[in-house]
Amino acid sequence: MRKMYDWLDERLDLSPIWRDIADHEVPEHVNPAHHFSAFVYCFGGLTFFTVVIQILSGMFLVMYYTPDIVNAFNSVKYLQTEVAFGYIVRGMHHWGASVVIVMLFLHTLRVFFTGSYKKPREMNWVVGVLLFATILGLGFTGYLLPWDNKAYFATKVGLEIAETVPLVGPYIKTFLAGGDIVGASTLTRFFAIHVFFLPGILLALLAAHFILIRRQGISGPL
Amino acid sequence: MSDHTLDHGGAKWRENAGRQENVNEITRRQFLTYTLMGTGGFMVSTLLVPSVRYAVDPLLKKGEEEPYVPVADVSEIGSEPKRFEFTLKVDDAWVKNQQTTYSAWVYKQGSDFVALSPVCKHLGCTVSWNTSPQHPEMFYCPCHGGLYTKDGINVPGTPPRAPLDMYDYKVENGKLYLGPLIQRT
Repeated sequence: MRKMYDWLDERLDLSPIWRDIADHEVPEHVNPAHHFSAFVYCFGGLTFFTVVIQILSGMFLVMYYTPDIVNAFNSVKYLQTEVAFGYIVRGMHHWGASVVIVMLFLHTLRVFFTGSYKKPREMNWVVGVLLFATILGLGFTGYLLPWDNKAYFATKVGLEIAETVPLVGPYIKTFLAGGDIVGASTLTRFFAIHVFFLPGILLALLAAHFILIRRQGISGPL
Repeated sequence: MSDHTLDHGGAKWRENAGRQENVNEITRRQFLTYTLMGTGGFMVSTLLVPSVRYAVDPLLKKGEEEPYVPVADVSEIGSEPKRFEFTLKVDDAWVKNQQTTYSAWVYKQGSDFVALSPVCKHLGCTVSWNTSPQHPEMFYCPCHGGLYTKDGINVPGTPPRAPLDMYDYKVENGKLYLGPLIQRT
């Protein structure tokens, strides 16, 4: 291991790269080893950790999942009941989805109550709010994909809520549903949004979030 | 580079400490590296072990036993290869009981029957009997020009490297039943 790393490092000069990423100061007031209450500073990292689990388990789920009204439910049922560990992989994605939102919420509360959104970090708060919207969007679009009764009616309700937006509401609804009803084109649309569009946006926003926190540093103690 | 690395091996540190120490003693740094790597490895493996097992599941699934299906009346079969179709209900993942059509080239040889699979042993296209004007009385594959003689033996110099598979068969009440494929070399 060591030798392999040294061989690569000698040629590619890797150490500065990962040192840039990993080697930075953790101030005493955010280090749970110093003050146990500093664990509240872990929620951002835990949100990211759960997002990574979501991406990984999602990649495995699409190996069997089919975004089609005839096959979606059966493919989910198949991967959950007939594929080894399918219930665990789906379980990770299912429970992880809720955990992401809980962690995200706790992270937001911590940032709020420590006043970490104040100057010069206002823009990172805005990026965070966009991340919040993106993750809620992932939750909403992912909820339809199993194509069971709960999924169908949750999406119906969600789309009717979208319809209540003044002026553009009906257009938003038709755009999201891909037609007049929640049906075949809604499912493929939500799949595309859930698997390609939103994760792309999510990764871009996460990059911005992390670059800003490294630029600006962790906010001082209360 | 070495002053950047995580593990100093403890040697320098022990010298500087200026006291006799048991060489087998583990340094604080080594202890932390091992415990953190161990815990991290455990966490990563709880994620990856189920996922990888899930992904390779098709490799470990057992194939179903192929049943014998009635394909033709014995009286229909002559000494010239003739194509017979038959359907099987196949479970393809979540698509259950899918009607799938198979076919066989069947002819009579003395009192025995020969039922050949039409799947070319080169790269899986479908062969047919006597369809190439240049190669009459042969099984011909249109994809890459594979040839087989009437008994399904591949002609040397053409792409296939093995004879056509043969169906196991049985005759009951004047009907020919085809079963599992037999590979020949």
